[in-house]
Amino acid sequence: MVEPYETIECDVIVVGAGGAGLRAAVAAAEAGCDTHVITKSLLGKAHTVMAEGGIAAALANTDPRDAWTVHFADTMLGGQLLNNWRMVELYAQEVIDRVYELERWGGLFDRTADGLINQRAFGAHTYWRLAHVGDRTGLELIRTCQDKAVHTPGITTHMEYTLTRLLTDGDRVSGAIGYRRNDGGFVVFRAGAVILASGGWGRMYKCTSNSWEGTGDGAALAYEAGAELLDMEFVQFHPTGMVWPPGARGILVTEAVRGEGGLLFNSEGGRFMLEYDPQKKELSSRDVVARSIYKEVQAGRGTPHGGAYLDVRHLGAEYVRKKLPSMVEQFHALASVDITKEPMEVGPTIHYTMGGVRVEPETAATAVPGLYAAGEVAGGLHGANRLGGNSLGDILVFGKRAGEAAAEYAKSRGSAPAVAEAQVEAEQRALLRHLDSDGAAAAENPYLIHEALQDAMQDDAGIARTEASLKRALAAIEELKLRARNLRVKGARVLNPGWHTCRDVDNMLVISEAIVRCAIERRESRGSQWRLDFPDKSDEQGRVNYLAVRDAAGMRVRAIPVEPVPAHLAAHIRDEEELRARSVIPIRPAARELAARGA
Amino acid sequence: MAIAQTPAELTALQPKPVDADAPRLEFRVFKGIPGGEQGDQAYSVPYVTGMVVLDAIHHIQRNLDTDLACRWNCKAAKCGSCSAEINGKPALMCKTRVDDLAEGAITVHPMKAFPLIKDLVTDVSGNYAVDASIPGFQAAPDDGAPWRIPERDLERLYEFRKCIECFLCQDVCHVLRTHNLHERFYGPRYFVRTAYLEMHPKDVVDRTEQTRQEGGIGYCNVTKCCTEVCPEHIHITDNAIIPLKERIGDRHWDPVRWVGRRLRGSPTVGANGASPARPAS
Repeated sequence: MVEPYETIECDVIVVGAGGAGLRAAVAAAEAGCDTHVITKSLLGKAHTVMAEGGIAAALANTDPRDAWTVHFADTMLGGQLLNNWRMVELYAQEVIDRVYELERWGGLFDRTADGLINQRAFGAHTYWRLAHVGDRTGLELIRTCQDKAVHTPGITTHMEYTLTRLLTDGDRVSGAIGYRRNDGGFVVFRAGAVILASGGWGRMYKCTSNSWEGTGDGAALAYEAGAELLDMEFVQFHPTGMVWPPGARGILVTEAVRGEGGLLFNSEGGRFMLEYDPQKKELSSRDVVARSIYKEVQAGRGTPHGGAYLDVRHLGAEYVRKKLPSMVEQFHALASVDITKEPMEVGPTIHYTMGGVRVEPETAATAVPGLYAAGEVAGGLHGANRLGGNSLGDILVFGKRAGEAAAEYAKSRGSAPAVAEAQVEAEQRALLRHLDSDGAAAAENPYLIHEALQDAMQDDAGIARTEASLKRALAAIEELKLRARNLRVKGARVLNPGWHTCRDVDNMLVISEAIVRCAIERRESRGSQWRLDFPDKSDEQGRVNYLAVRDAAGMRVRAIPVEPVPAHLAAHIRDEEELRARSVIPIRPAARELAARGA
Repeated sequence: MAIAQTPAELTALQPKPVDADAPRLEFRVFKGIPGGEQGDQAYSVPYVTGMVVLDAIHHIQRNLDTDLACRWNCKAAKCGSCSAEINGKPALMCKTRVDDLAEGAITVHPMKAFPLIKDLVTDVSGNYAVDASIPGFQAAPDDGAPWRIPERDLERLYEFRKCIECFLCQDVCHVLRTHNLHERFYGPRYFVRTAYLEMHPKDVVDRTEQTRQEGGIGYCNVTKCCTEVCPEHIHITDNAIIPLKERIGDRHWDPVRWVGRRLRGSPTVGANGASPARPAS
């Protein structure tokens, strides 16, 4: 034993306490499993709170023409048909029940005139589909799931713990090791099944709407345990982040602003989305709007701080305060801008990662027996680009499925598996070496390595990519991997953020390498992947997904065929494409709806 | 249309680097652990236009003191993690712009009402224990969704759901901060929580007696300190605490109900949704 550690035995551990983790925990506990939720932060602080606009579900409360089949088609088309069709099918069907379930758990939504859950327009959704409460739907979702989990017997929550490695018993997962952040004590969880619900990885970029937690721990741990990473090249730039002041750069400005009727203008007063997507305009998909803003800035038509203007003044101050209260507050507090009187300045910011651990659609099982993944950490549902509103639904639908499947697996396995002492010791040594002052001569500061990685990824693997830029990024990552071997920090293990950052940097390097290697292979522009040297979509590339896997030599990328969509579902996609081509479904401007309501 | 090709063009969206000649700000940040060395540490931080206190703390962590501990997550005033006392006032570090603070050194201290863990981080787990002790939302078993609820019946509930659990109201409340009655008093955050549950038209549990006894709502003498520090501008005292006090007054001290309770011998449970003490206006 290198250091003493606490051992916790249970049936299922859930890594992460956002919406996916909490929904999974409720499902596993209701199936009779002793379930432990582990979170790096306090309960209720996960990235789910940053989802603002709403949860997409074909409730058909605001438009009776909506149906799960249309939601299915919209999601497939938004993902440029690289999505796993079966995940999309399950998602579009089941998210309806998940929304009503939230309401029965005490969640609150804005209402229609006749008292049903209200729905708003959002980018590339054919009908008004997003159930919402103002512009803080994610907070509502996580608080509702938090309350449900707190009052569900069989769930224990460990706040401010970090898990750093999955433990394995042969080819199966047998638990995980990590530490309590607050006192640095080591903890080993022995569990029959592990659910990763650890979210995405925006922190390797400089301009990001992600919190410190978005370091890709879950995906990196899964990769190291032998799971496959899917579609890693697809990183979503949200079109509208704040661009000023400097400290606020990257903070999200919800798509609900455009959903409610906000308009985008360049510095010459031109409504440029009319040119880039005459049909869907401001409510085009996020990849298209982000690129359009980027192009306007590049062409010299940017705002003083390098963005575009987003204007809601025409909607009326009272309506803006009701529907977008947190945007009013955010711009007032951070930028001294009254959005009811002045336009906002916005530009693209890293927001979401479509790629992730490859899973079975029905069970969220990964390639490693006993290991499950749900929510943003998993790949497959969103393809090359995620539609707004589809992440809050994703976490509930697949969180529940992962919880149920993991519970069944854990129960079939019987008592908690044994843990190999050698694995525990190796991980303790790896973590403790960062506090060892012997290596002081070549010591590297983890914060500065992180900054260098952010520079490389932002500049060379960002919104616009070329083979040359991606190869520069890869070279930078390789160099940083060498330097990261000498990460050293001062202080002790008690709540030492420098020490914590050392492990984060390792994870971010693994994930960055996967992003860049997959982006090099995808020689086309599709969804969020914009290759300046391959500006068009390629039929050949559209037939494959890329997987990053670990072998003896390091990371390897291989192509696998996209599963063909069955004929009965393909018909829904064709119907939708036809309707769009004929423009028979106008996206209703918010102003008309406002007039109808007499607002 | 011109499209970025060179690295210089590709980085056009980057923030400008910090000016080496920028004016500097003096910070005095609390450092220490319980039972160990404690005190204010001075740091000089370059000023950046529009910066918030959390930007300065991050600068310190990155460049001056890698083991300075603080909590933060969203940096957009939506998660309520980075609560601290800035120049003596409970506030979110991510939302407090240095331009709005008085001239001179800026002090940053941990919240005083909770036990210290290290530097700016305190043990707020007691709040979660209170949360767990309050019965959760419960609809009637046969009352299945989809529900039809007019928005006017929910209008006063939206405000309560804006709470980001930053615990600044708990920190400033003198019942907790000065009198240390954590075991006998829920605190403002959990009266907001209880008010939401009690006023929800579909919830069927009655928590009024528990709020009076275990929650100790009587200790609150409506000084509104909590309302003043709430970053979400929730009218905690006026819209949550006072209506709860009135409800409890109506239920507990109503002589007919008193006799009923005596006869039934059941002090706490009743049908909340069926007969609200106050009409939902």
